[in-house]
Amino acid sequence: MTDRTAQLIACHECDLLQRDIQLNPGCYASCPRCGAVLYRNATDSVDRTLAYTLAAAMVFLGANVFPIFSIEVQGDRSAITLFGAVLSLWDQGMRSISLLVFLTAMVAPAVELVSITYLLLPLKLGKVPPSYPLFMRVLQFIEPWGMVEVLMLGVLVSLVKLTHNFRVIPGMALWSFAVLTLLLAAAAASFNARDIWGQMDARWKEQAPQ
Amino acid sequence: MGADGREVERAGPAVTAGAPIAAARGLCSCHVCQLVSRRTGNGRVAHCPRCGARLHFRRPGSVQRCWALVIASYILYIPANALIMMETGSLITYRKDTIVSGVVHLWKTGSWMIAVIVFIASVAIPLLKLFSLTLLLISVQRRSTWNPRQRTRLYRLVEAVGRWSMLDIYVVTLLAALVQLGSMATVKAGPAAVAFGAVVVLTMFATMEFEPRLIWDPLQKEEFHD
Ligand SMILES: [Zn+2]
Repeated sequence: MTDRTAQLIACHECDLLQRDIQLNPGCYASCPRCGAVLYRNATDSVDRTLAYTLAAAMVFLGANVFPIFSIEVQGDRSAITLFGAVLSLWDQGMRSISLLVFLTAMVAPAVELVSITYLLLPLKLGKVPPSYPLFMRVLQFIEPWGMVEVLMLGVLVSLVKLTHNFRVIPGMALWSFAVLTLLLAAAAASFNARDIWGQMDARWKEQAPQ
Repeated sequence: MGADGREVERAGPAVTAGAPIAAARGLCSCHVCQLVSRRTGNGRVAHCPRCGARLHFRRPGSVQRCWALVIASYILYIPANALIMMETGSLITYRKDTIVSGVVHLWKTGSWMIAVIVFIASVAIPLLKLFSLTLLLISVQRRSTWNPRQRTRLYRLVEAVGRWSMLDIYVVTLLAALVQLGSMATVKAGPAAVAFGAVVVLTMFATMEFEPRLIWDPLQKEEFHD
């Protein structure tokens, strides 16, 4: 497109046309008409997002491998993992709910973490990953469906409910989910889609000059 | 535009009446990568020069699809509240709880915090979403110019809190799975869980489908489509 339109930004909530300006790190620009946040200038966006994402990926594995909590019934201890809960619900015939939990608590966060790594790791090394627009789209689509923080609250509510009748022992995954919630929030706060589109675009033109 | 968002001056009516609207100048911002580009060739399919996504001034059919999803959610909201959400049994007691009776039971047994959290997630947020989307849809269809800034805020709120109504689904899943392991007690997810899960998913899709720019379009003389 022409240089004139490249500097323009249209508010995604009210379509007000505005000129893109350079922001100081840590600041954000908001639309004067509707108040929507137009874009941010997160400090060291790529580096930080990548660091949080890689850390989150490791914690995510832990959160899925270890038991969330266990209960003791007459000396017998039974523990449950997230995937165990999904399978159990499937076996009880609540397949749609089982699938919904599987998709929102496991698949969506996994896709999110993989996509961010796929996009940002090459970018960090100065390369443009193949079909990056597709992965940016996947990321945009999947983002609202990853609900780790809601699951975290759900775990806490279940914990309180169970303590009425059982001796409950918190498991490793409980702490993993707590850390994962924080890491995902940090990654989301430092992720800057607008900046990534700009960088990808610039490098793409460098790599394939017409 | 406010350079650092903390100090944005509230722009007066100057920015509202005759404001520079992208669509009014034939410019279209891509819904995927936000790039503003000129849409050439009226009526033909246009693609974003950067990411290749279809360009639309306004997403076609968004009001109709949003209505369909909202109405379906209203219908499913009835079984979600009338049917049993969770069955809990032990040697001494056996309970069947709907969403609301579950909250009341939590309150009565002294778990006030949890009762309030579950009430907000399972009762307040779904209703807020449905009523807000209904209000937004009606106001957009009547081309209302009433308080667009507040209506946009309402939309933003719906978008932000919508996901939290998944809470009860997770709680039911965890409890049903865990207690199945012990022989002392049973917890079973009831049919309301399916209906409620569907309400959560459908209202989330409805929120994504809604086009907030339609709130502002009636301030313009022109009408924008596709
Ligand atoms: Zn705006």
